Amino acid sequence: MNRKIRENFKLYTGMLISGLMLILAVIGLKFTPYDPNEMDVSSRLAGISMAHVMGCDNFGRDIFSRILAGIGTTMTVAVGTVFIGIVLGTVVGALTGYYGGRVDEILMRFNDAVLAFPALLLALVFISVMGPGKYNVMTALGILFAPGYARIIRGEFLRCRNLDYVQSAKLMGAGDMRIMFVHILPNAFQVMLSTIAIGFNNAVLAEAGMSFLGIGVQPPDPSLGLMLSEAQSYLFVRPGYAICTGIAIVLLILGFSMLSEGLENNA
Amino acid sequence: MLDVIDLNIEFHDHITPETVVYDFDLHLDEGEIVGIVGESGSGKSMSALAIAGLLSRKHMKKRGQILFDGVDLLTCSRETLRKYQGNDISMVFQEPMTSLNPVKKIGWQVGESLRIHTALTDDEIRSRVLKMLEKVELPDPEDVYDKYPHELSGGMRQRVMIAAALICEPKILIADEPTTALDVTVQAQIIKLLKRINEKTGTAILFISHDLSVVRMLCSRVLVMYHGRVVESGDVNEVFDNPKEDYTKRLISAIPRMEKLRL
Repeated sequence: MNRKIRENFKLYTGMLISGLMLILAVIGLKFTPYDPNEMDVSSRLAGISMAHVMGCDNFGRDIFSRILAGIGTTMTVAVGTVFIGIVLGTVVGALTGYYGGRVDEILMRFNDAVLAFPALLLALVFISVMGPGKYNVMTALGILFAPGYARIIRGEFLRCRNLDYVQSAKLMGAGDMRIMFVHILPNAFQVMLSTIAIGFNNAVLAEAGMSFLGIGVQPPDPSLGLMLSEAQSYLFVRPGYAICTGIAIVLLILGFSMLSEGLENNA
Repeated sequence: MLDVIDLNIEFHDHITPETVVYDFDLHLDEGEIVGIVGESGSGKSMSALAIAGLLSRKHMKKRGQILFDGVDLLTCSRETLRKYQGNDISMVFQEPMTSLNPVKKIGWQVGESLRIHTALTDDEIRSRVLKMLEKVELPDPEDVYDKYPHELSGGMRQRVMIAAALICEPKILIADEPTTALDVTVQAQIIKLLKRINEKTGTAILFISHDLSVVRMLCSRVLVMYHGRVVESGDVNEVFDNPKEDYTKRLISAIPRMEKLRL
């Protein structure tokens, strides 16, 4: 193995695992060996065979197909969550960090209020108001994640706003919005990158957790959390069901953590 | 062109207000180079920042007038101020390491004023930027255009800063200790560059420094500041040859000379 690969072991492994999961997710969205929702009573809880590489669940649905589709669902929810969170968080963080003063006080106290609630409780409230489902989970988690991002991005803006290059941009006659989003924001990307990585992993876990509790993705839509929750009833009959689903979640998170850590070490 | 009359600057971000500049007066004609000298904390940078309109209007109280072509920069609207900033008044900071945005390419940063103040197309901006980079005597402007600040040396960065400040052909360039962070040979180059630009384009320069020999080389008039007040001002040779104030005399005698120092 050459030196470059050894030094960036985490980066490459992360890229490999994440890439693999991404490919699986894309395949899962378009093509699965069986329809993930098709029930086949005759193969209920079927074991591993050539026809069903990971066996079948309690409704006779092919587990491998459901895992493929589930990775897709979970990834979509995670990406959507992080996207909503980062957009909201960046706007709030930029405004509070750059302007300071009263804007900062008002927005950050509101921020603290959201942070003060246990996340799962607040998610429950959101879901009971908006109803369960993939997109509502995304929105609820995105809003829940935003205050954390806002704090981090606010710190970056606070640090940057008095630097010479910002002063110099001001002196060039650049408006506040231009300074915030054209001059300062790219400088916050590095910090944002690690936040996104942590956020993605938390979103995967949160989605799995919420679906496990039944307030997330609704059956029959396949999602890794939902499948894990179904699998627990058959833990002794078909341990493979839970194990395979668990491995998919672990790989999803492991790949992304390693990728982000590798990127950080490289930056 | 620029008249500063009785400028007082007071900080209001602590419990007790603190005055940092008292009764500052300055007159700057077109094409003139005026120096402000004084030790650290004497208020010279504060006065410059006030003229550039960079002091927060909220936390600092300013009395007096800063008249630029008859418009008071202290009381005019933000939009009016913004129109002057970059277009008519620009500034070069002390630290070339931090005054350039680390994640933006040089060409982009030099062209930023044009992007804000003019409606030129990207190609026109590019050619103006390249011309400007050439004017500040950077070798291989095409190459520098696509570089990031960390790839340049301190002297080159300061040239880039000067290019960025001059791209809109401002009437006044405020240079706040532009050579302090550079080593001596580079200092001399930058000073010469400023002088040449002043002669060629007629941009007036307000040169702030604590290096008296540099001020004498470059400026026609000089203001000496001490503890927030202007203690002496006038023709540069007059002030340096016949200092009237005690502080000026001490300042001049503090210039290190090429003699053996007995420590």
